[in-house]
Amino acid sequence: MTPRWILTALVLCWLDSVSAHAETIQVTIDKLVFSPTEVNAKVGDTIVWDNKDILAHTATAGNKDWDVMIGSKQTASLVLKNPGSIDYFCKFHPNMKGRVVVAP
Amino acid sequence: MIAKFTAGLAALCVLTGVSFAQGSAKPTDPQIAHIAYTAGQLDIDAAKQALAITKNNDVKAFADDMIRDHTAVNKQAIDLVTKLKVKPEDNDTSKALTKAAVDKRAELAKLSGPAFDKAYVANEVAYHKTVNGALETLLIPSASNGELKSLLQTGLKIFQGHQQHAEHVAAELK
Repeated sequence: MTPRWILTALVLCWLDSVSAHAETIQVTIDKLVFSPTEVNAKVGDTIVWDNKDILAHTATAGNKDWDVMIGSKQTASLVLKNPGSIDYFCKFHPNMKGRVVVAP
Repeated sequence: MIAKFTAGLAALCVLTGVSFAQGSAKPTDPQIAHIAYTAGQLDIDAAKQALAITKNNDVKAFADDMIRDHTAVNKQAIDLVTKLKVKPEDNDTSKALTKAAVDKRAELAKLSGPAFDKAYVANEVAYHKTVNGALETLLIPSASNGELKSLLQTGLKIFQGHQQHAEHVAAELK
């Protein structure tokens, strides 16, 4: 039987390695442009949208997986849970388009 | 260039029913500021009418978006003209835009339910298309101040977004 403390240590190591690898990816919104337009991420990463505009925007996944509201001059974030190449747009200004490629 | 300018005038003429004299001078910055502000304000008024009449949640959400965005853009426009010490100048195009919008509101006021929703959203598509055409071919090329031109260019992107948004809502209503 494995001592309890070894199991705990293993779990802590695993958690540590997960958090060390999860990254935060910045996307800036300025004058109705998502920049960078396309980002690469992994499941568990966080995307932070930084809206510099005087208007509210959304980051709405084309596959309806997520829908993030980003107020004017505010930031909003999303933890990526599912892999895939996801095209997204702003519901208020559908001419604003971006893409997140999420690796498993 | 002349063709584009004429196209811009033609777009405004269609919208406003106003005839421009051949070779009429391009609008000045104070006039452009007034036209852009008026166009935004008229869309806010249209949205307020829609909120008072519609029962459709998509139409309500769209009207809310129009009020929020055009209010924000017009506030920025006021801040800019104040900073530049430009006094917006009323002009025949602004007057004609206003008259056309007042007439449209009277026409829409006679409708209710889905008939109103369709007519309001169809007019939003047409209105944004026309204003975008005027911005692209007449107002932006005519603006001489760089900051005013830049604000109009951002405005064009916003209104193109509104046009697409309105087209989506129109498709949902069918």
